Amino acid sequence: MPTKIEKDSVTGHTTTGHEWDGLKELNRPLPKWWLYTMYATIVWAAVWFVLYPSWPGVNGYFRGTLGYSQRDKVEADVAAVAKQRAGAMDKIAALPFDEIRKDPQLMAMAETAGRITFANNCQPCHGAGGGGNPGYPALAAGNWLWGGTLPEIQQTITYGIRSGDADARNSQMPRFGADGVLKPDEIQQVATYVATLYGKPETGKAVEAGKQIFAENCAVCHGDAGQGNREMGAPKLAARTHLYGDDLAAIVAQVTNPKMGVMPAWHTRLDTATIKSLAIYVHSLGGGE
Amino acid sequence: MSRISKTDRKLQVEQEEAGQHLYANRVRVYPKSVRGPVRRFKWAVLAFCLSVYYLLPWLRWSRAPHQPDQAVLLDLWHERFYFFNLEFWPQDIYYLTGLLIMGAVGLFLVTSLVGRVWCGYACPQTVWTDLYMWIERQIEGDRNERMKRDAGPVTADVVWRKTLKHVLWLGIAFWTGGAWIMYYVDAPTVTVEFWTGTASSEVYFFTFLFTATTYLLAGWAREQVCTYMCPWPRFQSAMLDEQSLTVTYQSWRGEPRMRGKRPDATPANATAAPGAPVAVAAAGAPVAVAASATAAAGAAAAPVTARAGDCVDCGACVTACPTGIDIRDGIQLECINCGLCIDACNHVMQKTGKPGWLITWDTLADQAAKAAGTHAGFRFFRPRTIIYLSALCIAALAMAVALAMRPTIDLSVQHDRAPLFVKLVDGSLRNGYTIKISNKTQVPVTFELSTDGLPGAVLTEADEASSPATTLGLPVGADRVGTFRILVTGTPTALDDGSQPIDFKLRNAVTGEQTVYHSVFMGPNSQGRR
Repeated sequence: MPTKIEKDSVTGHTTTGHEWDGLKELNRPLPKWWLYTMYATIVWAAVWFVLYPSWPGVNGYFRGTLGYSQRDKVEADVAAVAKQRAGAMDKIAALPFDEIRKDPQLMAMAETAGRITFANNCQPCHGAGGGGNPGYPALAAGNWLWGGTLPEIQQTITYGIRSGDADARNSQMPRFGADGVLKPDEIQQVATYVATLYGKPETGKAVEAGKQIFAENCAVCHGDAGQGNREMGAPKLAARTHLYGDDLAAIVAQVTNPKMGVMPAWHTRLDTATIKSLAIYVHSLGGGE
Repeated sequence: MSRISKTDRKLQVEQEEAGQHLYANRVRVYPKSVRGPVRRFKWAVLAFCLSVYYLLPWLRWSRAPHQPDQAVLLDLWHERFYFFNLEFWPQDIYYLTGLLIMGAVGLFLVTSLVGRVWCGYACPQTVWTDLYMWIERQIEGDRNERMKRDAGPVTADVVWRKTLKHVLWLGIAFWTGGAWIMYYVDAPTVTVEFWTGTASSEVYFFTFLFTATTYLLAGWAREQVCTYMCPWPRFQSAMLDEQSLTVTYQSWRGEPRMRGKRPDATPANATAAPGAPVAVAAAGAPVAVAASATAAAGAAAAPVTARAGDCVDCGACVTACPTGIDIRDGIQLECINCGLCIDACNHVMQKTGKPGWLITWDTLADQAAKAAGTHAGFRFFRPRTIIYLSALCIAALAMAVALAMRPTIDLSVQHDRAPLFVKLVDGSLRNGYTIKISNKTQVPVTFELSTDGLPGAVLTEADEASSPATTLGLPVGADRVGTFRILVTGTPTALDDGSQPIDFKLRNAVTGEQTVYHSVFMGPNSQGRR
């Protein structure tokens, strides 16, 4: 509260009566229109309060007389965007991949849709950008189990791997150890041999024995030189990238009691256009064939 | 707060003393028209500024066929700024920084030399207010006529004059708002679109917005903008010193001010032998001096008449002032240094037969010297002006060099955030990069991209049928940015904690212009993490 209003001898103005530690505030009045502008903003706020959602209640909130809702706005926007791109997505669903790739606009659409769908659905297992995770293939590396062309990728995504779907990609590796097909020392030998396929230097009797065991038990699926077989999803063993690890213990474990990954069938959750977009995106990550 | 007259001021002091008046009524200013060299110069500046503003968007300029032919165009939609033969891209925004630095330092320099000439002559607020006042004067007459009409009853005469004035004001405001839009979209096109109702809603909105602000600020707010809204008067005193030229009332010559006739010898007297009270007046209390002089006049007429100053206290300088202040109170926040009071006073001095320029452009130092009977002159080179000038020159030089050496090629390389690298079947590593190439020339160019620092590295364009190569040819259209995803495959030999440097080199195959971007190639770190 003002205490003592006095006239300042230097400026000739009065003080407001406010004083802080001996500092006195001069009264240099603001123009009244300034004050009225502030009142106008207060009135504006009151009007806004009535027109727009403003006050919380027990069972909801005051919605404002205009009935504006950001949620409705988003839904309208989403619907508008879906309508806008419906034509392009229909085209992606209908055209073969070759035709899509000739159209830069469709490709841009497909890559964007694919990237977003990938981030929402595939990234938790396959990693951002298809970098892969232990047990989940790196899609960017080009070491495909079931093939890396666009139609092959589309089929894998659509029906999945060991997904239970009638058209799923199915194969099974025998449980050489668990079912007693090979003895533990034989498994050790064949594992040692497999390690040489991707450059682990090892020689001697174990390798020779392992090579024999490999030819009899493994080559039928994995190939004579461990080059793999995409017909049955048999991984390439003569590679520097391995799904379940590349040290000796990991190979032994895999031969004894194989892990076999499962990928869901996505046609129950994504439409054809989205799956094709996804295939185009995955193909573009660097491993596409 | 404007001070219009002593009675108003007295009233205000009384109100203040009542202790409740933290808000004041606006005192209306009715500036009287003046004639003279300052006014003529001010008209010339006004005509120049307004001509540039209104006509510049219509100036055409020859450019490449796909580009606009407007000389000055800030094309926000296509992300290009055009200034005659210069074209700016969004990443050239730092030129704006340079321009702002030059603008600020230039303003500092000019202010420290010649005071607030920006405020008085070139500021849009001043220019448009001046224009609006001119229109007002043509329709409603000069100061006395306007004051009389405003004080009198509302007659048909008042109504049609006010109506016509506001219609003209709104017309100019509309032209001003429309011209603003033309700096952002093609002027002839938007003019046609505007009147055929096919322009975008933004065009209508911003035209309306700038029409409204022009009308309100120049027609109604006027000096209130300078006094209450503008930050510049608040800190311009930091640029001024006793060597800055400002509009100054020569109180050593004018005081003691006095109405009526005086002996012919008086002006020479006052100039030759300035008395002690005059020195006090120069220090900033002319009103008190005048009051004491008037009191003295009653006691002994003859000696005081002999001491009377050149100021006849006619108030011409006050009535001419567009911000409604009294320049004889000394330098003050509200003064925009327009100098119209100089013309007003010169006119009176001529009539009274005294030398002109009682109010003039001068420095405080020179005024103090003149009050003491000497002369100080004008010092152009002072530490602050030298500092401002050199800062201005450095900024201008840097801008000029940067503009002259502006590359027509721009390369940006962004390493993939995930995955950082991919291990391939043969054990080599692959890194993904997003590469953006700006082609600032007006012809399509195929750029050659190669790398340096990773022996045996091969490049592929992701998802393209191209085979791996050490040099890739990347086509970018004229005046466009090309975005490419490039995969680099190699076997790093010098990985240091998971990365090693790699340079991307880009060459314009036509002109031979080159640029390099330093990036990194990533791999497993020493712990062998994948």
